[in-house]
Amino acid sequence: MTKSNLSINTDLARKILTGFIKSELSRVGFNKAVIGLSGGIDSALSLTLTAEAIGKENVLAIRMPYKASSQDSLDHAQTLIEQLGVQSLTIPITEMADPLIALDSEISKTRKGNIMARCRMIVLYDQSESFGGLVIGTSNKTEILLGYSTIFGDSASAINPIGDLYKTQVRQLSRAMGVPDSIVDKAPSADLWANQTDENELGFTYEEVDKLFYLLIDQRYRVEECVDAGFDESFVRSVLKRVQRNQFKRMMPPIAKVSNRTIGYDFLYLRDWGT
Amino acid sequence: MTKIKLALAQINTKLGDVDANLEKHLDLIERARARETDLILFPELSLTGYTLQDLTPSVAHRPSADDPIFAPLLKASHEIDMVVGFVDEDERHRFYIADAYLSKGEVVHVHHKVYLPTYGLFDEGRFFAWGDSIRAFDTRFGRVGMLICEDFWHISPPYLLWLDGADILLLTSASPGRGLKDDDRLESARWVEHTNRAYANLFTCFVAHSNRVGYEDGLNFWGGSTVYDPNGELLAKGPYHEEALSFVELDLNQLHRTRARLPLLRDERTALVQRELERILNGKGHTGR
Repeated sequence: MTKSNLSINTDLARKILTGFIKSELSRVGFNKAVIGLSGGIDSALSLTLTAEAIGKENVLAIRMPYKASSQDSLDHAQTLIEQLGVQSLTIPITEMADPLIALDSEISKTRKGNIMARCRMIVLYDQSESFGGLVIGTSNKTEILLGYSTIFGDSASAINPIGDLYKTQVRQLSRAMGVPDSIVDKAPSADLWANQTDENELGFTYEEVDKLFYLLIDQRYRVEECVDAGFDESFVRSVLKRVQRNQFKRMMPPIAKVSNRTIGYDFLYLRDWGT
Repeated sequence: MTKIKLALAQINTKLGDVDANLEKHLDLIERARARETDLILFPELSLTGYTLQDLTPSVAHRPSADDPIFAPLLKASHEIDMVVGFVDEDERHRFYIADAYLSKGEVVHVHHKVYLPTYGLFDEGRFFAWGDSIRAFDTRFGRVGMLICEDFWHISPPYLLWLDGADILLLTSASPGRGLKDDDRLESARWVEHTNRAYANLFTCFVAHSNRVGYEDGLNFWGGSTVYDPNGELLAKGPYHEEALSFVELDLNQLHRTRARLPLLRDERTALVQRELERILNGKGHTGR
């Protein structure tokens, strides 16, 4: 499996991504940003890039623990806040989430997780208005492809600087930008319930699936070619199926076309229209 | 004139705001003029921005003295030659990605982009008409040719300009950066630099390239404008990803020296090319386009 070289030039990545953040905020009249900081690596990297792009004083990092969140997550987030010197707030979501969760004694873990993710989205967009900054996304390419997120929850943002970096590359860039080892080296977790880890839940490691994605997505390999390159066929097919099944999370809801000119089909302008 | 002072205007643009982009052009033109520059080269679609989509019809202009955008540019061209990028709308309302060469108050030449990338992240063929000619033209510095981005990803347009007498290729682009690897530049940047250098070598000519910077939504434009001499030597290079006005002097006598050593132009078998092309294109399986 030597064909997947996911290694990137971190200086160049840093330049392009900080430039992106600065440009895409300022052209729509903003110089501030809001980020939900979970204590994990993705939001740590987004925060670090944003602080470098627009200045630490213009960034508000928000910790939003639920009662079941691990203390480690909170502590790791605090370490980074202090290291970067950004502004910060801690807004627990337990009192928001629990009344809704309490309505159904049979509620599943997935539903609880989704409620938490959407409570955090509400907090971020509320603080976006009050702080006067746009919400910066924290989803990486691996999780976007896998659909490992809550739609209208953690996937909601104004702009996303790290969505074209695989998890492996997020790790590489995070190290290069000085994100603390305690954050880079720990097992990735959505931290929606105790001892949850992404890799247990997904059934494979990020490193493994990133190598496959590099061939499948970036290099346009066919399934058979991935198998020839050393991947297990059932693994390749199950990942592909997952990517396909989650396409809806990557798109705006389709609009039923009836007129001659319809948003999304033949009304085509960039978001940066006129700026 | 054996020496030309050339300025590469590596700019960002406002998407669809032609007036704002014109202001920036006039500002850079004035800065270049103050440094006694002979020619300033702006990138592809420098007056409009790149990803125009449905903005295309509303940003189109005619390159003539009565056009409100071209009038001030033509006026400024009395003191400095320039290449500007714009959307050209013809009499029958077809829209082209275009470069205009302006000098001494005149529109010397307009090139319509002949290759419109419509694949991957590109969708130009959806919004624009294909240009239909590739012509070199005479300037006060000798004969030159202009090509726009995808035009020089194909080998035939620079080749045709060479045969048509161009000794300086003026290349413009709004090239979205892509292919981040463990390398000191993006894959797209490496490709263009290799190719432009190869043209300078193969055609023993000057190759000047002005590329855009800035962002449009998630797309980044990487800059890195370059000038190669007829030996393929790099004479100037703009920074990656940052606006810049780079100046470089072209010594046209280098054409004499290089071609005395390496007579590739003298020896080019154009009649052979024509015979073989006719045979190939008249053969089975070629429908032509």
